[in-house]
Amino acid sequence: MNVIRQIRFLWKPLLFVASLIPAALVVGDTFQITGTLGANPIEEIQDRFGNWGLRFILITLSVTPLRQMSGWNWLIRFRRMLGLFAFFYVLMHFLTWLFLDQELLLSAIGEDIFERPFITLGFTAFLILIAMAATSTNGMRRRMGKRWQKLHYGIYAAGILGVWHYWWQVKLDASDPAIYAALLTALLGYRLWRRKRKVAAQQERNQHGHRRLEAP
Amino acid sequence: MLIRRPADIRPSEITSKEIYLSRRKFMQSAVSAGGTVLAGTAAGAIIPEERRAELTGIEKSEFSTDETVNSYTDITTYNNYYEFGIDKGDPFRNSGDFEARPWSITVSGHADKTGTFNLEDIVKPHVLEERIYRLRCVEAWSMVVPWVGIPLADVIRQFAPQSAAKYVVFRTLNDRERMPGQRSRVLRWPYIEGLRIDEAANPLAILAVGLYGEVLPNQNGAPIRLVVPWKYGFKSIKGIVSIDFAETKPRTSWELAAPHEYGFYANVNPEVDHPRWSQARERRIGSTPAGGLQSIFSAKKQATIKFNGYGEQVAHLYEGLDLRRNF
Repeated sequence: MNVIRQIRFLWKPLLFVASLIPAALVVGDTFQITGTLGANPIEEIQDRFGNWGLRFILITLSVTPLRQMSGWNWLIRFRRMLGLFAFFYVLMHFLTWLFLDQELLLSAIGEDIFERPFITLGFTAFLILIAMAATSTNGMRRRMGKRWQKLHYGIYAAGILGVWHYWWQVKLDASDPAIYAALLTALLGYRLWRRKRKVAAQQERNQHGHRRLEAP
Repeated sequence: MLIRRPADIRPSEITSKEIYLSRRKFMQSAVSAGGTVLAGTAAGAIIPEERRAELTGIEKSEFSTDETVNSYTDITTYNNYYEFGIDKGDPFRNSGDFEARPWSITVSGHADKTGTFNLEDIVKPHVLEERIYRLRCVEAWSMVVPWVGIPLADVIRQFAPQSAAKYVVFRTLNDRERMPGQRSRVLRWPYIEGLRIDEAANPLAILAVGLYGEVLPNQNGAPIRLVVPWKYGFKSIKGIVSIDFAETKPRTSWELAAPHEYGFYANVNPEVDHPRWSQARERRIGSTPAGGLQSIFSAKKQATIKFNGYGEQVAHLYEGLDLRRNF
């Protein structure tokens, strides 16, 4: 079995199943098979889905740095699935809020989205992820051309809004959101740093290109 | 979060358990001797030292609600008690080793009888009452809890406060060896709460020493805690070691932590939202014993009632006070 087939028929299915474990645990805990959801099950479900949404955004964002640092180019083959799992968990987080927390009470939903800044932030991040998930097929990527890459830079915004949304809703202790913020800063900072280096190298080449042609 | 190592050597490392315990017993009897000033009409409320021991001689109260009471598990595994950690399950997990006895309370300030008193001597002159109260957390969830306690007004009267005593200020034990959550600086320790003296004298306010007819569990504030059911839960301070009769309004822990979000009064009020979330509704929590989908779909939200439904007893305390400013 060559590497591409191995990824496609072994590693991707395995990653798919592993990524579903947090959702399976919510179901298992609901029926008290794997554990319990505690005294406030709705909040627990909502928190878990939200947390996993953020984690998958961070995991997705770490694919490119890992690939560039290690040279394991095959990592890119997992990125779309990881991104779609980020969308899946954020969607579940949203649906829990809509059906279980707000009980579809339209007045409360409207008030929450437009008057509670932390929900406005989370909802905006969700809209961005919807657009990305909807255009994640190969066909859409081809059709959209350059605009596709632009739209999919939206993950940076979704990550920032998502962490901000989390930070803003904690009662007092921001140590957990601070961990997410630190990881996100590192992942985005790496990209900025690389971009800067690239621009600098480009300028250097433009100035001395005729003398030093070898790559840095 | 920084994980700090305790700076000091633990007493348990240098003192044997027997000596440690006998020293505590000695301290207890020494305090007892000083506390005789409290001896009055001994109604005889006794709090046994054993955990989960049954309390006797409990009287019913007209203030109790007949709403469905939350399960013992709900009440003892879902707690906000940052002295034992920040997650709701932490107090249950981390308070197992906490020894709530012997216990004494220091009374200070504008009162005739001040000093350090044994818990037993403070409680003894009173009759234990069961008070089944709604508990509304500032986080927009609520429970119904069968407390056992003594009226705060009677306890205050014991110490004969003077006219300069305008506020009653409570403090929680400050001991990070015994309360591991205090190693984190999430709040300033010790936890401080306070009431206006007329609020404290309201018949609804109690000092709870029991739950479900048994000795109060550690995670719920053993051995003695405040319960003021018309206010958000954080006002009901746990593990009380000091009562101060003060002339000026204290700066309470949550006020110090976030003054624009948590006020001194903290009365339950659906008309005044938390800056970041609505207080109009609350989720009456409670897992069903069977679990399953029912546990999710039965936990409906309900409208929050002003003063948590205790307006009849307490609304007069706040007449002429702008509750939007004094939140």
